[in-house]
Amino acid sequence: MEITVAEALVKCLEQEQVEVIFGYPGGAILPVYDALYHSSIRHVLVRHEQGAVHAADGYARATGKVGVVMATSGPGATNLVTGIANAYMDSVPLVLFTGQVPTSQVGTDAFQEVDITGITMPVTKHNYLVKDAAQLPRIVRNAFHIASTGRPGPVLIDIPKDVAQTVIDFKYPEMVQLRGYKPTYRGHPNKIAEAARLIAASERPVIYAGGGIINSRASQELLALAETINAPVTNTFMGLSSFPGDHPLFLGMLGLHGTRAANLAVTNCDLLIALGARFDDRVTGKITEFAPNAGVIHVDIDPAEIGKNVQVHVPIVGDVKQVLQELLARLEKRNDTRWLEQIQAWKEQYPLAYRRDDGELKPQYVVEKLYEITRGDAVVATDVGQHQMWVAQYYRFKRPGSLISSGGLGTMGFGLPAAVGAQIGLPGERVILVTGDGSIQMTMQELATAVEQELPLKIIILNNYSLGMVRQLQQLYCEGRYIAVDFKFHPDFELLARAYGIRGYTLRTEKDVDDLLPGALEAPGAVLVNCLVSAAENVNPIVPAGKSISEAIDC
Amino acid sequence: MRHTLAVLVENNPGVLARVAGLFSRRGFNIDSLAVGRTENPDVSRMTIVVEGDARVLEQVTKQLHKLVDVIKINDITADEYVDRELVLIKVNVDPAQRGEVMQIADVFRARIVDLGRKTLTLECTGNDGKINAFEESLRPYGIKELVRTGKIAMLRGSKYTGLQDNGARDE
Repeated sequence: MEITVAEALVKCLEQEQVEVIFGYPGGAILPVYDALYHSSIRHVLVRHEQGAVHAADGYARATGKVGVVMATSGPGATNLVTGIANAYMDSVPLVLFTGQVPTSQVGTDAFQEVDITGITMPVTKHNYLVKDAAQLPRIVRNAFHIASTGRPGPVLIDIPKDVAQTVIDFKYPEMVQLRGYKPTYRGHPNKIAEAARLIAASERPVIYAGGGIINSRASQELLALAETINAPVTNTFMGLSSFPGDHPLFLGMLGLHGTRAANLAVTNCDLLIALGARFDDRVTGKITEFAPNAGVIHVDIDPAEIGKNVQVHVPIVGDVKQVLQELLARLEKRNDTRWLEQIQAWKEQYPLAYRRDDGELKPQYVVEKLYEITRGDAVVATDVGQHQMWVAQYYRFKRPGSLISSGGLGTMGFGLPAAVGAQIGLPGERVILVTGDGSIQMTMQELATAVEQELPLKIIILNNYSLGMVRQLQQLYCEGRYIAVDFKFHPDFELLARAYGIRGYTLRTEKDVDDLLPGALEAPGAVLVNCLVSAAENVNPIVPAGKSISEAIDC
Repeated sequence: MRHTLAVLVENNPGVLARVAGLFSRRGFNIDSLAVGRTENPDVSRMTIVVEGDARVLEQVTKQLHKLVDVIKINDITADEYVDRELVLIKVNVDPAQRGEVMQIADVFRARIVDLGRKTLTLECTGNDGKINAFEESLRPYGIKELVRTGKIAMLRGSKYTGLQDNGARDE
């Protein structure tokens, strides 16, 4: 079939069963958009390219499918960079197409030219500049394969305008041929047997489960493991929602703002079973005092994560779902209760708590109410900051993948576009964005996308008129010298909602929340709820910089 | 400790940038890097000499493996191998000193590749110990210019670093 590369690209996307593209057009990508004119693939026009990549990211996390992005050359491409880095850090499968200036102009500093493959090399799993038009179908095939297999990640394809217009003989490759890319899915049987022996011999095991559980859809296996060996489970931030938040074996999140029970359990355990987690600095605190007396079993699909930050006794490279299935077959039921009694004592001694007696509306209260109203059965997107940590602490997730948030990169502005993408991927589900007054204003323009796409998004702003997380850091580490953290002006968010043609609410008291929040969540269409919350509230507990996670304080 | 890695990569544009970028952003130290195509025109071979302990080397190898264009990595440090480097050195030499310098060249089996009115340009191959010694013996005359290729290496005997299984340690 003789067609242009642009037409071939659209055919490739159809072959990959792409249903939706998040994008923003421009000159260099013009031929591709022209080819899209005749396709049934839905295109969601965002208001800024960063919105496109976060939306595709939210879509991918919500559905497990590959998120697809299109943007033009130059500024269109550079506007994607934050979102690409975000997806790379959180292992989210994306394929991004950027237009490029015609081949003859590449390297001449042409109008809207930028070396986007060079710029994104450190933040993509792989990227391509298409020089040979005939290679495009193979490149697209490879890109989808690379993005979605092994440890997922973003793949970028940069297409010069003249290449897009070149006529090729199109045939979609049936096979992927990549001799340098062969992820390992099956764990080594000897290592799995060794892990089973260590588990049988341990007295105080803790399961430390990360985002890999969600990527690998291994929540059932995780639950089975915990219940078989009667071990408590703690989640990394990325791992939240992979284990039922109301399960008696659940410790909550660990690390910097983790529960004391989780941090004490890890510090005192004799065996740490790390599953699809990467010993990130926010998790480990002072690394030499992280699980100091424990043997470590580490299961991960990315061999480079094993042994990167801590010494591992049983390394298992493989897909965590498959590895757990094989491990479970070798395990026997354990019923040692002494360790669980200790865990229970810590949980009772150190519950998450905040003061409610000072008459102010507390952000934690809003999150608790959200949990009550939804009974944990909603897809919750967040932005980055204090509100994000309160969601992690107080919302008890039920369904794997129902938390959509920027973990590794910590990208303020991720939330709204990601919620847009999630809602597009899950049209029948309740999608709630919990955001802050700082974060929402970084990508607020995507409200227009949400309204245009008729999405029933529920947006909750925990508004403390400040950049609370930084404020908290300045309180703790700069002796209260607050600089550049308090907002003297905000738009009237309720009015702003009205400007976008959606319902807006302002909640000031617990009573407002009790009376109005349930109705706001049930209202049709998009809704924006501005909660004016206590400005002085801190995220507690917190592990001070350089300390062991067992030394958390309240500030 | 210094390790010598033989790395087979796809002969794609940008592959050198990917490898070099990886080393710089992860803070790994490259001692030398030499690259060229192999008997198979689709495949290039890099010989990378990298400084670090076992843990650093493990990370280097694993991170390199994550690059889609990297096909195979062999750490040949512990194997028997031949390694060579080529150096070109331009030395200040008065006509009166030529004989002396040519004797030094003889000792190192170096060759004179160019002759100027007051200079000699010499070419020498060998492992880095020999190249360093050669450089030291010429230093008193005044080295005007020196350029080294970086090390290339190959396993001895019937073992080889190729795309097929070869009996060498595959990291």
